[in-house]
Amino acid sequence: MTFKNIFFALSLFTATLFIASCDKDKNDIDPNEKGSMTLHFDNRLGNADLVLNTGTYNNALNQPFSLTMFNYFVSNIQFHNIDGTTYTVPQNESYFLVKESDPESQEITIDNIPEGDYDKVTFVVGVDSTRNTMPIADRTGALDPAGEAAGMYWMWNSGYIFLKMEGLSSVAPLDSASNTNLFQYHIGGFGGYSSPTINNIKTVALPFGSTKAEIRTDVAPEAHIFVDAAKVINGTTNIDFAAYPVVMFNPYSTNIANNYANMFAIDHIHND
Amino acid sequence: MKQYLWTSILCLGVFAACQKNDKPEFTGFENPTHFPTATYPFNSNPVTEAGFELGRKLFYEGKLSRDGSISCGSCHLQSAAFSHVDHTVSHGIDDKLGTRNAPAVQNMAWSSTFMWDGGVHNLDMFSFSPIENPVEMDEKVANVLLKLQATTTYPPLFKAAFGTEEINSMRMMQALSQFMCMLVSANSRYDQFVQGNNDALNATEKEGLTIFRAKCANCHTEPLFTDNSFRNNGLPIGNDKGRSRITLNPADDYTFKVPSLRNIEKTMPYMHNGSLHSLDAVLDHYQNGIQQTPNLDPLLTNGLALSDAEKEQLKAFLLSLTDNDFIREPKFSEF
Repeated sequence: MTFKNIFFALSLFTATLFIASCDKDKNDIDPNEKGSMTLHFDNRLGNADLVLNTGTYNNALNQPFSLTMFNYFVSNIQFHNIDGTTYTVPQNESYFLVKESDPESQEITIDNIPEGDYDKVTFVVGVDSTRNTMPIADRTGALDPAGEAAGMYWMWNSGYIFLKMEGLSSVAPLDSASNTNLFQYHIGGFGGYSSPTINNIKTVALPFGSTKAEIRTDVAPEAHIFVDAAKVINGTTNIDFAAYPVVMFNPYSTNIANNYANMFAIDHIHND
Repeated sequence: MKQYLWTSILCLGVFAACQKNDKPEFTGFENPTHFPTATYPFNSNPVTEAGFELGRKLFYEGKLSRDGSISCGSCHLQSAAFSHVDHTVSHGIDDKLGTRNAPAVQNMAWSSTFMWDGGVHNLDMFSFSPIENPVEMDEKVANVLLKLQATTTYPPLFKAAFGTEEINSMRMMQALSQFMCMLVSANSRYDQFVQGNNDALNATEKEGLTIFRAKCANCHTEPLFTDNSFRNNGLPIGNDKGRSRITLNPADDYTFKVPSLRNIEKTMPYMHNGSLHSLDAVLDHYQNGIQQTPNLDPLLTNGLALSDAEKEQLKAFLLSLTDNDFIREPKFSEF
């Protein structure tokens, strides 16, 4: 065998190795490799898709209503690997505003997740207290009160509005400014800066069930999350549109936050 | 001919020197030596000449309001130490009235909370509030940015201050903060006195200072003349519950931020609701006008024991807190 032939054989062998590695088995996990996963927040009302403005519904107190706005922050996302490790999305990239009026905002894709089988996602509904007190330079993107977060920030009482639900109900009193029977639930409160006050930060854990999210370089799973807007107003406390047409920064808001902490559920995971 | 040339060069030299004297070198933020260290995070937003000048232009910019009629400077007048002299409560767009008296904008770099109720705790996040308040400027900051972007004047100013022509909320707010942090009042006759000029205060004013230290300085702590706390000072109570709007704590009902007394001669009317229109009325209130209301500050339960002579001395001292350099400083003015 000449030197030239040996070189040729070695090249062929190396090439074969490369091809083999490309064609690796789905069960091969290399935690140094990264993949993506999408969280799809599918806003619903009861058993039906949520339709703003034209959809008509009844709450648990049998009061009729429709919704004109449904927005909430999702932040501090963590993916839990079946091996016991967790992947925490880098803090600066972990703030998202989901708006029913903006379908693109309902699909959150996270990149750079180590390959692995994941069985749970956790996140905060709202914005954590640290970020609520950070310098303006750390409030870009979804957190810019003059940008994406317009309308989701209390300027007179520095802090983000975590969830905003507005709608109409014939039982709500007539609002003189808009001449409509309006209800408005603007829920926030990160616990206070120098004096403690209400804290409506809620952490949600969603186990995926029997199907794991198999994150690979070439497999980007999607978690289809049902978000039942009815659970904002129905739950431990059934919200009465007549008695509580406007709930913003006040102690009663904690009832609504406790309700909506339960509005998320995994419908299914798909790995294709 | 040669003689003319030399004369011309000499004239030019003198002319250049005069120009230089007209515009002193920009020194940035300077912490007065008799003040504590400022709390504003200058490391994240250092004051530069271009940033300060942009902030000054924004402070006096009507485009910050919905219809162009109101700027920050409309209710914060330099001649009144950047407060709204003679206006009981703030007077905003469409002649709408607010609920509280526009406070003086001075020594902001030492303040950790803003507004009478302390609802804002970061100077860079402050200006959103008056801009978007329906009875003040009634505009959206996002729309202000669009209006500024559409001008030919602002993009180069943002470039000079921040490196590129991009106009965003962070840059706008940081420029406003740079201007507001430069509004330092630290050269009243009181300041000269505490820095060693014994003649800066006369005998009556010195008597007044002694009374002040005994009876007022617990809350109006030198040298900033506020301890930044929230207190109920015994005014008749109204609908405004003050600090508890932010904390939701009934123990904070009817408490408001202790204001600085610097330039008090220029900032009438007084109190969060502008209800007292003269220094005499203020001193009368503390002497015999205290109302026994929920959460009244314990220091004021019995009012302040002041004789009429002591009130005059105290008033003389308070007038020594006027800082004419601050009120007349050309670099703080609109034009």
